[in-house]
Amino acid sequence: MAGVPDMTRKLYVTILLVFALVLLAALPLYGSAYLVIFVSRIFMYVILAVSWTMFSGPTGNISLAAAAFFGAGVYTTAVSGPSLPLVAVAVIGGLVSFFLAFVVGALTLRLKGIYFVMFTFGLVELMLNFILWWEVNITGTTGRVVASVSNATVFYFLLSIILILCLVDSLLRRSPYGLALRALGTSEEAAAHLGVNVTAVKVMVFALSAFFMGAAGAVMAPRWTYIDHKIAFNPNLSFVPVLMAIFGGISKPYGPIIGATIFTCMEEFLITRLPYHYMLIFGVIMVFSILYLPGGLVDFVQRVRAQLLERKHADS
Amino acid sequence: MIMTLLDIVTAGLLLGGIYALIAVGLSIQYGVARVLNIAHGEFIMLGAFITWTLFTILGINPLLSLAVSGPTLFILGLLLYRTLLASLRERSASPEAFEGNSMLACFGLIFILQNAAILIWSADIKGYSFWSFPIKLGGVAFPANRLVTLGFASLFCLVFYFFLARTRMGKAIRAAAMDAEIAGLMGVDINRVLALCFGFGALMAGLGGSLISISYNIQPTMGLEYTMIALIVIVLGGLGSILGSFLGGLFLGLAGSIVTYIEPGLSIVAYYAIFMLLLLIKPQGLLGQ
Repeated sequence: MAGVPDMTRKLYVTILLVFALVLLAALPLYGSAYLVIFVSRIFMYVILAVSWTMFSGPTGNISLAAAAFFGAGVYTTAVSGPSLPLVAVAVIGGLVSFFLAFVVGALTLRLKGIYFVMFTFGLVELMLNFILWWEVNITGTTGRVVASVSNATVFYFLLSIILILCLVDSLLRRSPYGLALRALGTSEEAAAHLGVNVTAVKVMVFALSAFFMGAAGAVMAPRWTYIDHKIAFNPNLSFVPVLMAIFGGISKPYGPIIGATIFTCMEEFLITRLPYHYMLIFGVIMVFSILYLPGGLVDFVQRVRAQLLERKHADS
Repeated sequence: MIMTLLDIVTAGLLLGGIYALIAVGLSIQYGVARVLNIAHGEFIMLGAFITWTLFTILGINPLLSLAVSGPTLFILGLLLYRTLLASLRERSASPEAFEGNSMLACFGLIFILQNAAILIWSADIKGYSFWSFPIKLGGVAFPANRLVTLGFASLFCLVFYFFLARTRMGKAIRAAAMDAEIAGLMGVDINRVLALCFGFGALMAGLGGSLISISYNIQPTMGLEYTMIALIVIVLGGLGSILGSFLGGLFLGLAGSIVTYIEPGLSIVAYYAIFMLLLLIKPQGLLGQ
C-alpha cells in the first residue's frame, strides 16, 4: 500500500466503506433474526463507546455514567408508552439525558477532574434508587411493560443514530469547539488563557454525548418488553463501553467502534458458556490493555506497521 | 421525642463508624498513593466474605477473623501496588496521567474481584447471626453487634491516626502525601511508602468488610454502594484529610440515619444531595485546604 498515492488510497477506503455500509444496511433483508438482534447489540455498544469517547477522549475527564444516561432513555420509552412514535421517543429520551448530563456537568466540570469521576461513579445508583423510591411512593407501581417493536425497526434506528453520531463527531472534531476541546485536554490553563470558556465547552460536549446514549436507550427499550429500575440502570453499561473504547483506542475515531465490535462478539461467544468468567476476563483484558496497550489496539497496530516498514527500508 | 432523637443519633453513629473506617482507607490511598481506588468496595466485599466463610464453615468468631481479613487484604493491596500500580506509575508520563491510568486499572479490578467472588461464593445474598441480642443504651435498645462494630471501627481509626501522628513511618507517609518527589529526595523510600499506603487502605477495607458482615447482609456485588459512600465521605471531609474523612463518615452516617427515619429508601439520594450541595458551596470539603 505504501506505493499508492494518498488520494487514491482514500478513494479505495471510501468505496470499501460505502460497500460495507450498504451490505450492513441490507442485513434485515437476508440475515436471520438472531443475526439482526446480535448486530443491533453491537450497534448499541458502538453508540455508547463512541459517544463516551467524544467527551472523555479529548478532555481526559473519565465519565463513569454512561449507564445513567442510557437508562434515562430506556425509562423515557417505558413511561411514554405506545402513544408516541419511536422517533419522538428517541429524541425525547436523548433530550432527557442531555438535560441530566448538563446539570451534572455544570455542577462538576468547573472543578478538578477528580470530582467529575467521583460524581459520575454513583450516578447510576442514584437514578436507580430515586426511581425505585418514586415508583413505590408516588406512582405505586414498579416495572412497566413496553410495547414491542420489530427487530428490523430497532436495527435501523440504531444504525441511523450511529450515522448521525459519526457525522456529529467528525463535524465536532473539525469545528472550533472540537479544537477548543483538544486544547483544553492538553492544558486547561493554557486553553483558558487563549480565550476558551473551558467549563462551557466541556459541559456542552458532555451533554451532547449523553444525548446519543439516551437516544440509544430509548430505542433499545422495546427489546426487554418488561422494564424496571434494575433493568434500565445496569451499572455494567457504564463500565463496559469505557473498556471497549480504551481497548480499541481513543486516538482514532474508529478505535471505539473496533473495540465495541470485538467485545460484543466476545460477549456473545462467552456469555452462555462462561457467564461469570467472561466478566472476569474482561477485567483482566482491561488491566492488561492499560498496562501494555496504552494507545489501544489502533495505536498498537500502527506501531507494529511502522516497525515493519522500517525493517523493510533497512533491508532495501 | 427525646427518645427518638437519641435513637436516631445513636443509629447514625453506628452507621457512621463503618463509613469513617472505609473512607479513611480510601483517603490514604488517594491522598498519598494517588490511586483513586474505585475497587475499594470490592476489597470491602472480600473482607466481608472472608469473615463469613470463617464463621459459617469453621465457626470462627467474626471478631477473631479480623486478624485474618485485615492482613490478607493488606498483603493483597501491597502485592497489587508492587506489581501493577508501581509499573503503571513508572510508565505514566505525569502524575495526572498516573491518576487516570490507575483509576482505570482499578476499574478492571472491579470486574476481576467481583466475578471471582461470584465464582467462589455464588451471587446470593448471605448473612449470619452473631451477637444480635439487644443492649440497652440510654433507654434505647441496640443489637450488640452494631455497638461492637462501632467500637472496633473507632478503635482502628484511632490507632491509624496515632500511627500517622507519632511514628517514624507515619511521618514519612505524611511527607509523601505533601510531595512524593521531595520526600523521596529527603531519603524516604518512596516506593515502599506508597505501596504501604495502598496496603493500609486495603487493610482498612478488609476490616470494614468484616465488621459490615457482622451487622448487615453481604453479596459479591455489594461493593459499588460502599465505594460510592466512601467517595462522598472523602470529598465531604476534604480530599486527602484523614481526620476529615473520619468526621465526614460520622456526619454522613448521621445524615443517613435521619433521612432513613423520615423517608426510608431515600438515603442514597440524600447522600447524593449532600454531595451536590457540597460541590456547589464548598468543594474543598469540610477540612480541606
